[in-house]
Amino acid sequence: MKPNDAPRLVASGITVTRGSRRIVDHADLTLNAGEFTVLAGPNGAGKTTLARAMAGLIPADGSVTFDGMPLRDLPPRVRARAMSYLPQGHDFHWPMRVDSIVALGREPHADAFSQTSVQDRIAIERAMEATGVGEFSDRPITTLSGGERARVAIARALATEASVLIADEPTASLDERHQLIVMDLLRRITQQGTAVLAIIHDLALAMRFADRVVVINEGRIVANDTPPLALTPERIGEVFGISVNRVETPDGPLLLPSRAL
Amino acid sequence: MTDNRQGSLLTVLLAMLVAALFVLSLMTGPAHFSPHTVIDALVSDQGVASIIVRDIRLPRTLLALLIGATFGLAGASLQGLLRNPLAEPSLFGAPQAAAAAAAAIMAFGLANALSIAVPLGGIAGALLSVGALVAIAGRRASLTVTLLAGLALASLAGAAIALILNLAPNPYIALEIAFWLLGSLRDRSMEHVWLAAPFMIASWVILAFNAGAFRALTLGEDAAASLGVNVERTRVLVVIGVALGVGAAVSVAGAISFVGLVAPHLVRRFYGYDPARVLLPAALAGAALLTAADIAVRLVPGAVEIKIGVVTALIGVPFFLAMIFHERRALEDGQ
Repeated sequence: MKPNDAPRLVASGITVTRGSRRIVDHADLTLNAGEFTVLAGPNGAGKTTLARAMAGLIPADGSVTFDGMPLRDLPPRVRARAMSYLPQGHDFHWPMRVDSIVALGREPHADAFSQTSVQDRIAIERAMEATGVGEFSDRPITTLSGGERARVAIARALATEASVLIADEPTASLDERHQLIVMDLLRRITQQGTAVLAIIHDLALAMRFADRVVVINEGRIVANDTPPLALTPERIGEVFGISVNRVETPDGPLLLPSRAL
Repeated sequence: MTDNRQGSLLTVLLAMLVAALFVLSLMTGPAHFSPHTVIDALVSDQGVASIIVRDIRLPRTLLALLIGATFGLAGASLQGLLRNPLAEPSLFGAPQAAAAAAAAIMAFGLANALSIAVPLGGIAGALLSVGALVAIAGRRASLTVTLLAGLALASLAGAAIALILNLAPNPYIALEIAFWLLGSLRDRSMEHVWLAAPFMIASWVILAFNAGAFRALTLGEDAAASLGVNVERTRVLVVIGVALGVGAAVSVAGAISFVGLVAPHLVRRFYGYDPARVLLPAALAGAALLTAADIAVRLVPGAVEIKIGVVTALIGVPFFLAMIFHERRALEDGQ
């Protein structure tokens, strides 16, 4: 285990061009062990593209290194063991059982014909316990509610036991309670030393849970700081086109959107 | 897990069913033999019985098993790749291309329907269609582009078959082609088996190699890629694997539809819908289905033998409709 705050995934000068349009423009971003980073920005700002480039899923100019090694030099399975990626939408295409879905997270550790090892079982159990999906582990995924599915998706990503987790909108389409549960879960994962990057639309959630907020607008990173310094009312107005009220609460400052500018 | 035990048991039962159908198929024909006679005729020289069993019934039985298994495995693989239970081996145009090439050889008098030149041409046609597909869609093509290119190639092959029938030098040849296209395993020799088997077995190896990728793909392409699956390579390998196997199958037996669609469905739920675990049972179910269909065509009385492709379609279409109905209900339930 690396000490907390050690850089794990370092992206520099990430540029993704599609046609003549620059989706991401020279983005620099470092994910540290034990740090919960939230990536925020308006629709079309390039959040997902940056996240996918950092996960090595799409070709990009610039460099991404994992523990000092260039990502593109890592064999896919080595990369898969180092980094979990949770795509948007929590898609499950077959009505497989929950425990079988979570076990997919162990795929990078197995070869084609090997049986589940003791280590695999322990990792699957731990992931299901952390996310509280154990109680419906034998149910088909298609019979679960949205909130339960989101937790299964996270359990799948956790089962890999990777040191970096990149999650694209893990709270999308969840009710308030499940949003809080998911954010809390991501925070606890971070406390165990994982470097977490999550794309989050809700600025109040970002403010409340993140160690660091990265704001991206039109493909460029415009802020990369602690939540109160990254999400100032001025910057929110400029980037998101809304005015917000900052309210002090016992849990820390909160941002309440008031109107579109 | 109970799912696992249930599945393993079913796999063993399916294998036993295939073995039983193998013997039954060797017994069935104008001259009925007992299982004992069949086994004696296979392993020792029993005169006429041996000739009938070894030279007439064994090739068609082996072909039914091999082709059925190939369709079952190809269907399960495509459904795994596309994450869609309605995917079917003819999706990328390989069987149609094989049929078109084989029809062309027959039409222009190069060979009759049972000559070995027909399957050779068919296999070449299937390979050509894969080459064209990869060239048109590109190596990094998206699924949609690959599917569209496959659809275009399938339509082109269909048009080519129509043109060949249209230009056939005489009506007898046109009729011969039309009947060949209906699919049959009658009067095939061991040469057909030896010719087609290597391609089919190669396709099994290629498709089985991707089992882990199909399982990971249940989470979608991005998640699968993040689990270390090379999604583009998987796509190209599956297209090639399906074309090799199905192309060879169509080349020796003509068009046989719906086995690839139906077989995976019959077994999927017993294997927890796991797209990797379903491959072997789908192959066994395919082999059992086609062998049973081939026994059925021999049992129907009448001067003209019903073509096996007709039987599989007659059974397959109602099944397909039922599945669409079920899927529709599931979609309307907002599943």
